[in-house]
Amino acid sequence: MEFVNPLTGFRLDGRRPNEMRHIRGEIGVVANADGSAMFEMGNTKVIAAVYGPREVQNKSQQLSNQALVQCEYSMANFSTGDRMRRPKGDRRSTEISLVIRQSLEASVLTHLMPRSQIDIFVQVLQADGGTRSACINAATMALADAGIPMCDLVTSCSAGYLCTTPLLDLNYVEDSAGGPDVTVGLLAKMDKVTLLQMDAKLPMDIFENVMQLAIEGCKAVAQYIHEVLLENTKQLESRRGK
Amino acid sequence: MLQSKSFVKKTKQGRLVKVVREHYLRDDIYCGALSCTSCDTSAARLSPPDSASIIIVDTNVVLNQIDLLENPGIDNVVVLFVVLEEVKNKNLAVYNRLKSLCSNSARKFFVFSNEHHRDTYVKEMVGESPNDRNDRAIRVAARWYQSHLGGQANVLLITNDKENRRKAVEEGLSAETVESYVRSLGRPDLLDLVALPNSQDLNMADVEDLRPSKRKLVYIEHKPISEITTGLVRGIFHQGKLRVNRYNPFEAYVGSESIGDEIVIYGRSNMNRAFDGDTVAVELLSQEQWQEAKSSIVADDDEDEEEDVHLVPNSADDAPRNSDPAQIASGALNPVSSRPSGRVVGIIKRNWHSYCGSLEPMPMPAGNGGIAHALFVSKDRRIPKIRIQTRQLGNLLDKRIIVAVDSWDCLSRYPSGHYVRTIGEIGDRDTESEVVLIENDINSRPFSAQVLACLPPLPWTFSPEDLANPNRQDLRHVRVFSVDPPGCKDIDDALHCTPLPNGNFEVGVHIADVTNFVHPGTSLDEEAAQRGTSVYLVEKRIDMLPKPLTEDICSLRSDVERLAFSVLWEMTPSADIISTRYTKSVIKSCAALSYVEAQARMDDSRLMDSLTTDLRNLNSLAKIMRQRRLERGALTLASAEVKFQIDTETHDPLDIGMYQIREANQMIEEFMLAANVSVAEKILSHFPLCSLLRRHPSPTKEMLEPLLRTAAAVGLDLDVSSSKALANSLDHAVGDDPYFNKLIRILATRCMTQAVYFCSGDLSRSEFYHYGLATPLYTHFTSPIRRYADVIVHRLLAAALGISTLPPVFQDGPQLTSIADNLNYRHRNAQMASRASVELHTLIYFRKRPTDTEARIVKIRANGFIVFVPKFGIEGPVYLMRRGEKNGEWMVDEVHQKVTKPGTNITYAVLQTVKIHMEVVEPQPNRPKLELTLL
Ligand SMILES: [Zn+2]
Repeated sequence: MEFVNPLTGFRLDGRRPNEMRHIRGEIGVVANADGSAMFEMGNTKVIAAVYGPREVQNKSQQLSNQALVQCEYSMANFSTGDRMRRPKGDRRSTEISLVIRQSLEASVLTHLMPRSQIDIFVQVLQADGGTRSACINAATMALADAGIPMCDLVTSCSAGYLCTTPLLDLNYVEDSAGGPDVTVGLLAKMDKVTLLQMDAKLPMDIFENVMQLAIEGCKAVAQYIHEVLLENTKQLESRRGK
Repeated sequence: MLQSKSFVKKTKQGRLVKVVREHYLRDDIYCGALSCTSCDTSAARLSPPDSASIIIVDTNVVLNQIDLLENPGIDNVVVLFVVLEEVKNKNLAVYNRLKSLCSNSARKFFVFSNEHHRDTYVKEMVGESPNDRNDRAIRVAARWYQSHLGGQANVLLITNDKENRRKAVEEGLSAETVESYVRSLGRPDLLDLVALPNSQDLNMADVEDLRPSKRKLVYIEHKPISEITTGLVRGIFHQGKLRVNRYNPFEAYVGSESIGDEIVIYGRSNMNRAFDGDTVAVELLSQEQWQEAKSSIVADDDEDEEEDVHLVPNSADDAPRNSDPAQIASGALNPVSSRPSGRVVGIIKRNWHSYCGSLEPMPMPAGNGGIAHALFVSKDRRIPKIRIQTRQLGNLLDKRIIVAVDSWDCLSRYPSGHYVRTIGEIGDRDTESEVVLIENDINSRPFSAQVLACLPPLPWTFSPEDLANPNRQDLRHVRVFSVDPPGCKDIDDALHCTPLPNGNFEVGVHIADVTNFVHPGTSLDEEAAQRGTSVYLVEKRIDMLPKPLTEDICSLRSDVERLAFSVLWEMTPSADIISTRYTKSVIKSCAALSYVEAQARMDDSRLMDSLTTDLRNLNSLAKIMRQRRLERGALTLASAEVKFQIDTETHDPLDIGMYQIREANQMIEEFMLAANVSVAEKILSHFPLCSLLRRHPSPTKEMLEPLLRTAAAVGLDLDVSSSKALANSLDHAVGDDPYFNKLIRILATRCMTQAVYFCSGDLSRSEFYHYGLATPLYTHFTSPIRRYADVIVHRLLAAALGISTLPPVFQDGPQLTSIADNLNYRHRNAQMASRASVELHTLIYFRKRPTDTEARIVKIRANGFIVFVPKFGIEGPVYLMRRGEKNGEWMVDEVHQKVTKPGTNITYAVLQTVKIHMEVVEPQPNRPKLELTLL
């Protein structure tokens, strides 16, 4: 299938290979959480809520020198077209929970909050490819909203390789083509990779191009999140000033 | 990182789930006109001269008039994305042609992504059909162009859809039909290219003009698609691809999965306008109708021309099937055919393309320069005559031309089509050679720059780095040599034979290491895979790989270091293989011998040098191997291959003669067979599901019938129960004259099917058998320079040895199958082309040389017989009475295969020797043919 039209150079949804879908982020969407955010990448829509830092509930898990970060990922039954009921805690969710936790832990200054616990809940409301990345982006915003100390923003974006072209931010159709799909998590300002996943084989030189594209995507997401947070702070400021 | 300015979400309704897809609309899509002041013109293509317009074409124009669009006379065309998509869904072949037009930098075709442009995207309205929506999208885009370009250029919408044209004019657009647009260009030659409108598209007034009441139905109307679909589901109709018999265009077969057999279709009326390759729906006829259908061919064939002189067939696929009209007329044989017979009721998918041929000779119509209706006769006999309109009849009558089919309604005896282009004069050698290539779908274009870019830097020389590779063994010290036909430049294979201290021999077969230079996934590899094989015509060779590879870098020439893939055996003096080893290697051949030279060395008892000794050792091993193979039941079939001596200046044939096979040829062949078998075993053991092998199916009883009938007529009893039994009876078939045995073998050859490539995962082990070679496994490894199958096998072998990884394509079963299918198709076409080229040169040779010669009768016909001319490897009809005279004077005895003149003792029987005269005659102007007459 022609995922990139050879004559026009456009992808099926009208994007160019190096273009991301529309992204939109909003914080403070769940009133009773310490921090929360909603993040959209095209039709993929994810909500994240953060509780903490608070006391560790299960004392045996308590860490004396740093905070315990926990993450729970789930997918709403209505998030995909088939509206299938899905079991909680299946392999895939467990894996994604772990991935999100690990890549975010790299930014949280856990040593400042010993013997405490931070819980991150992410739920996919609408799935159209790139859910992993959207979850990380939403969680980052929620952490910032909760005022958790972080050294940098972790943002994420994926890139794939179809029709011998590196493609940024695959949507569901492109994702289901079964080609290589590289998801990158990045500490944008520090230029440090916190997550790198790929389930396929790619020649080294092509892989580097694809990964570089995903990194560019992460930087663009970081730029956007930064603006949203800044705008929010400005509003808070002006409200306080009144 | 651009982001689109606005977007809407488009919803498509699936089966059960609602699928939401994003659809981005943008403002950075440009119009493509060079003169535009508001757009980015870096990719612009359109630059109409002052008086001309930018034209926007409708989908139906692309689908029906692609030949016209391909003509450089049409330019400055905007292809809308919606049109591109519609064409893609309706006809992939046309889509690919359109695609190459749009990417051709010499043409001014511009693709406009109207579906992603903010101002030209059109949302489907409630109750609007997708078709109407797309028509509207085309008009909206045309209007956008008009207002966007303002006065800078005219914008013209070209559509043959009446409704669309009417609406366009209403909306203030300029719109025209193809015909009126081409007429306005003032180019009468372009008018010939315009496809005639399908009669279904004609409006009522036009139909009345044709007075349907006065025209009778020639064919039964096709059933509507809905009825065909339900019929297929209920098992009343059967779907399959129609294959027309190459030698009898009135007989076709439809391989049907639903009944698991071939359905035979007799006669044009039962074929009901289906072309070879069409996917059709067939209705079975009742048993009583079968015979009736069969005999109807005879009545139907009044248009059929006489059979031509042709090359002796090399397999059953080259030979006419055993149902020539003479037998059917006599009706004595096969009173009821065992195969079901049927009738086409509908065509599910057309396989129309363009065809090569010439116009039927006709007088010039009165009032020269006007439109003439001519009948086009394809060189491919499976294609019916095609009616075309032309304004250049005088120009075309003596030319080979290409014609495309447009439509075939049930009121017309012949399909209608249009002229596409002229190849050249009939009978001209270059023209006819090109016809041979076109007819067999052979790509003879020069290799593209991308393909040539994949070649290693030239001049290539062997570098020590090649030796640093631990997988490559240095065999330069070994005395390797090659034996090939004289003048061979693409040397695939070389051998060596070293006596070992223990009395055994180390025998090596070294094959050019083509895959060291042709890497999977490169343009070079894709091109080679497409071509599939090199094609050998009498006067030229069309290479599968570019010349630097075939004649230099890969060719195992003497005295230079070359990379090879080697099979090394330790063999006892009685030719038993003790061990087999495979390795990549570096060799330095010490001699490139011709068959004649090798033979002369072996025969000259004074020569005692080491090279000659090697040759003699190899030869004695080969003789044992050959003997063993024959004992297993391998068939020695005789072929009647001819060889031309070509004038180097004029390229005309100077002499013609049978190709002489020497012991040296057989020696090389034997080791190549052994290498292929060894490699087949190795790759299959490592890759049981994705190996490319070659099998030769056993001939069916039906296919052997002509051989048995002929043998019975001369009192010979052949046992055909197995290849071994057949080989034995062929050995015992000796008559009074020395040529008898060879003749019988030649007749046996034409009953065999051809060997085919297949993917080992597609068949069960018992089907892998190679009947002709009597070996359970076989593949092609020894000619990677000129066959792509061998390239694939080289990759499999390298992967089996752990030298390289298997390319991803081998994990894709259907893809592998389609590669094997393509190889079979290309291989078959290459053979057909070679045969056609030999036939062409035979004709050229006899044009100036009427000849008397001896011939053997191979088949008795109602009005004469078919003779085989051993000296020239051809066969053709000899008529005892003129056409039209029904068998009055002569009595045909089918059982004993002879004709007798009643009241005399003049008798002609099968296999009898007759004296004939061969001469090229021109029964019609510009239609030379070789005629055989009895002396
Ligand atoms: Zn413009």
